[in-house]
Amino acid sequence: MSRRNAKTTEEIALGIRRRVFEHAMRNNGGYLSQACSAAEQLAWLYNEQLELGAPTLPMIPKPFGGVPSADNPTYHTGAGYNGPPRSDLDRLFIAPAHYALVAYATLIEVERMAPEGLEMFNKDGSSVEMIGAEHSPGMEVHNGTLGIGFSTAAGLAWARKRKKETGKTWVFMSDGEVQEGQTWEAIQCAAHHGIDNLYAIMDVNRQQCDGAMNTVMEVGDIKTKMENFGAVVVSIDGHKLDEMRDAAKEKHKGKPLIILANTSPFRGMPTLQRRFPRLHYVRFKSEQERAEMNHDIARALGVDPIDYAGAH
Amino acid sequence: MAAKKKTAPAKGAQTGVEMVNRPYERAFEKYAMAHPEVMCLSADLTSSCEIDKFRDKHPDKFISLGMAEQNMLSFAGGMGMAGYRPFLHTFGVFLYRRPYDQLMASVAYPRRKVRLMGFLPGVTTPGGMTHQAIEDISVMRSIPNMTILETGDATEVESICEAADSIDGPVYCRVLRGSVPRLFDTPIQVGQMRELALGTDVLIVTSGITTEEALRARGALEAKGVSVRHLHLNTIKPFDAQAMLDHIQSVKGGVVTLENHVTEGGIGSLLAEIMADNGVGKRLVRLGLKDTYAHGGSRPYLMKFYGLDATALVAGVETLLGKKLGITEDDLTIARVEAVHSTVKAEGL
Repeated sequence: MSRRNAKTTEEIALGIRRRVFEHAMRNNGGYLSQACSAAEQLAWLYNEQLELGAPTLPMIPKPFGGVPSADNPTYHTGAGYNGPPRSDLDRLFIAPAHYALVAYATLIEVERMAPEGLEMFNKDGSSVEMIGAEHSPGMEVHNGTLGIGFSTAAGLAWARKRKKETGKTWVFMSDGEVQEGQTWEAIQCAAHHGIDNLYAIMDVNRQQCDGAMNTVMEVGDIKTKMENFGAVVVSIDGHKLDEMRDAAKEKHKGKPLIILANTSPFRGMPTLQRRFPRLHYVRFKSEQERAEMNHDIARALGVDPIDYAGAH
Repeated sequence: MAAKKKTAPAKGAQTGVEMVNRPYERAFEKYAMAHPEVMCLSADLTSSCEIDKFRDKHPDKFISLGMAEQNMLSFAGGMGMAGYRPFLHTFGVFLYRRPYDQLMASVAYPRRKVRLMGFLPGVTTPGGMTHQAIEDISVMRSIPNMTILETGDATEVESICEAADSIDGPVYCRVLRGSVPRLFDTPIQVGQMRELALGTDVLIVTSGITTEEALRARGALEAKGVSVRHLHLNTIKPFDAQAMLDHIQSVKGGVVTLENHVTEGGIGSLLAEIMADNGVGKRLVRLGLKDTYAHGGSRPYLMKFYGLDATALVAGVETLLGKKLGITEDDLTIARVEAVHSTVKAEGL
């Protein structure tokens, strides 16, 4: 597929890491490791794989406009940043909604949201929420409760197939979700009903909130388990774009296709390894650590250290 | 939302009631086949929800989702995003206890037009605690965007699909199945309570299967000189408080509610809220399951054991009036007794 931007996907992935790094430095913490592991996946989805129309919402996000209710007729989701819901276009769900910061950075890199959007992150009254909400840029449903994303996508994909829509339904997932029973219900359901216009790419970074997954709840061989539940699964190096491109071409007639993107939670920011195994949300423990991380990560990403004086 | 239309019980409501067999089965097929966006979803209780013939006749509109309710709720939410209006069929209890998180995030919050058809409400199942939805109304009332409908007779079951599908958002329905009495001759009109009697001494408010009990008790109460005002609710949320307030103020005495549900969070609580919110200084007697689980048994047994029947209602009115009325069991129309394992459904589940 043709690229939508002058930038290469590699440049966009680097840009995602730089933006998340800058944001984390200025706010004394953030979802750094998710940017490290997922940057290539989100860059590839938005820059190459997804067929999306032009954004339908303003580049600078509107403030929080209220929750859905009968009394809120102007309510809308943040899906307009991915373009209109046209039958021939793709849809994307960000299943682990705590990757929102990384997803917003991606939207900026692919010129679907203005950089000002990230300044609104986690600010009171903003729609650019810390845990992506339905009304947050690029989001269409609430996925903050982990494990519901693939089911929702399966239902939508089933419906789109019945309506003979040609657009695909994609889910960006995280490996921690395989601890939830619903994920397995959803895979067996998608296989049972032959929902093959359904695609997922899962960030297998082996980390979760409490730490390394094998210490919190061992999940075993995800690929074999998913195959046994009926999916076609391709396991790749999640930092190699060529492997991603090839994986998406895998034949999967009558079954959903799931790409397991094996990643490193330190990729591009090796200094983060010092914080292993508590990587879910990195808050700097001291001014010294913040300064050291600032220096080291900036150098690794090829930028100047962030001037965070006067920030939080 | 006007509630002034008087709806009389069909003839013979208290004696020789017409029994209608499997009214949902026919009503759903008729409605679903007339509406292309309506889909039939089932979670392995297809014959128990009277959609087995529909599955066999219309496989193209039937989706088997197996024993996986969490996925079913989110899947239905996804279908709703594409303009379908899925009707989810299972026991009421399985629509909200296990998949509560999915009900919130995938259905209620985004106001998907998902129709939750909850069968075997309250003690209408012999399946015991795990099968008896005794707090479903309480749960659903506290969910923003949710509408709650409850069927009390065959006519309401026959009209539940159209009523549910008229809702701009999610709706939970308590659906009766099997052999259902016909008490009314007009379909559900969402938001409109049925005014079954307009007496002036006490107000009795019922819904679902307890309305039949109240019809039974009413004759005996009136024979003892008690002027009864009786309202039947098929729309529990949203609710027009003013219409109810007018009725409350039309009786000299207080209010008795009888529900196939715990007395917390259901229609008893609904009345309590209306009365308290408006400073009504009248007594309220809430009858139903009193902070207790039920257990497995026949419906007549459970209704008697837990005080959900006509006898309990008479006692409630006596409490309100502060006097015994001398009404005996014999004064109450003989309760319709059906075996747990009837010919309608062999397993009774």
